[in-house]
Amino acid sequence: MTAIIIAVIVVTVIGIICAVVLSVASKVMYVPVDERVTQLSEVLPGANCGGCGFPGCDGYAAALVEDPDTPLTLCAAGGAACAQAMGRILGKEAGEMVEKRAFVQCMGDCSKTANKMEYVGIDSCKAAKVMFGGAGNCTFGCMGLGDCVAACPNGGVEIKDGVARINYTICNGCGGCAKVCPNGVISILPATIPVLVACSNKDKGPAARKKCTAACIGCGMCMRKCPQGAIKVENNIARVDYEKCDGCGTCASVCPAKCIL
Amino acid sequence: MKEIIAIILTAALVNNYVLSQFLGICPFLGVSKKLDQATGMSIAVIFVMLLATAVTWPIQYYVLNPKGLGYMQTIVFILVIAALVQLVEIILKKYIPGLHKSLGVYLPLITTNCAVLGVCISNITAEYNFVQAMFNSFGSGLGFFLAMVLFSGVRGRMENNNCPACFKGLPITLIAAAILSCSFFGFAGVVDNIFG
Repeated sequence: MTAIIIAVIVVTVIGIICAVVLSVASKVMYVPVDERVTQLSEVLPGANCGGCGFPGCDGYAAALVEDPDTPLTLCAAGGAACAQAMGRILGKEAGEMVEKRAFVQCMGDCSKTANKMEYVGIDSCKAAKVMFGGAGNCTFGCMGLGDCVAACPNGGVEIKDGVARINYTICNGCGGCAKVCPNGVISILPATIPVLVACSNKDKGPAARKKCTAACIGCGMCMRKCPQGAIKVENNIARVDYEKCDGCGTCASVCPAKCIL
Repeated sequence: MKEIIAIILTAALVNNYVLSQFLGICPFLGVSKKLDQATGMSIAVIFVMLLATAVTWPIQYYVLNPKGLGYMQTIVFILVIAALVQLVEIILKKYIPGLHKSLGVYLPLITTNCAVLGVCISNITAEYNFVQAMFNSFGSGLGFFLAMVLFSGVRGRMENNNCPACFKGLPITLIAAAILSCSFFGFAGVVDNIFG
């Protein structure tokens, strides 16, 4: 009997000592956490996509409180509503927020371009790129092995006919897909852009044409016809200056390759 | 000196806690996906193993044994280690926020890690003195570190390979862990032959 009582007493005493030490320590060494950080974390979407450039939503919240110069508009997933809510918490103006989306600058699906070889290897664009620039004829376009599909935190990218396609009901413009694409085919642009050059091929006209029937051949028709002078052909590919573009759509109608959407 | 090196090598390689004694499998499978996480976790484990030994060894020899309470070892050790890890976390948060940032996530995970408890108990059953016990826990921690780092490399390679759908995820990870542990059985006898 006494053995049991001694055991109970000893363990209880050890437990009480631990409890007292812990509670004293937590009082004495209490570190105040800025309550704005918790509030901000609640407002943020919690997707932890990393699109803002900070490690997760909590990282962004901490950075906002620590450094008042951190812009409120970095969260693409939360959008303008999130930026305004955070502005209220911090007592700052949110500033203009431009909604962004991912755009695939390639239309070279299976009917428009072909493979120059059969690729059997690691199922990843990054790996395929090392092998002579990928399996496709065009070394600038989408390889269709789906690194972007894996990178999208919300499942908003799929490969259709060998080309990545964005589901715009899901895409929030976080930029995860654009970061992993080894060819840089995916761009993050304002959601409202009226035209998009859907090709990334930098080959000269005939060479590009041979590889893919949907390729921009750099003919410069769009550049000449654009009333705003917003298009330039650089490195054999048309580039739209969205500051100047007024969305008239002339370029899309005159493009002989139909690669401006 | 020779004896201490033998203790460290035995704990790290021959009796590797993860791969030979199958303790601490939870963090081994859970946190070994990325190399930086695996190193962070292992360093935290080494740290906690040393601290826990420094506290539990005196408790065993100066509190439990004199009262004939050796059989209460497990429950007392769990209690003390859990409280200790919490205390360490509080102290780190206050005085070394940098270290808390890098180790902080892993400390609560180790609170009742069976590898830590296993080291404390095996120190007692092997009847090590205090210095030997400290080196044994350091060696065990090193072994844990080695297993975690090796395995995070293996898992990194596995992510890029296609494996049958039914093996995806945990099954193939467990198979890889089994093969890795087979390779560690090659160390059996090595220490005996060197220090014989």
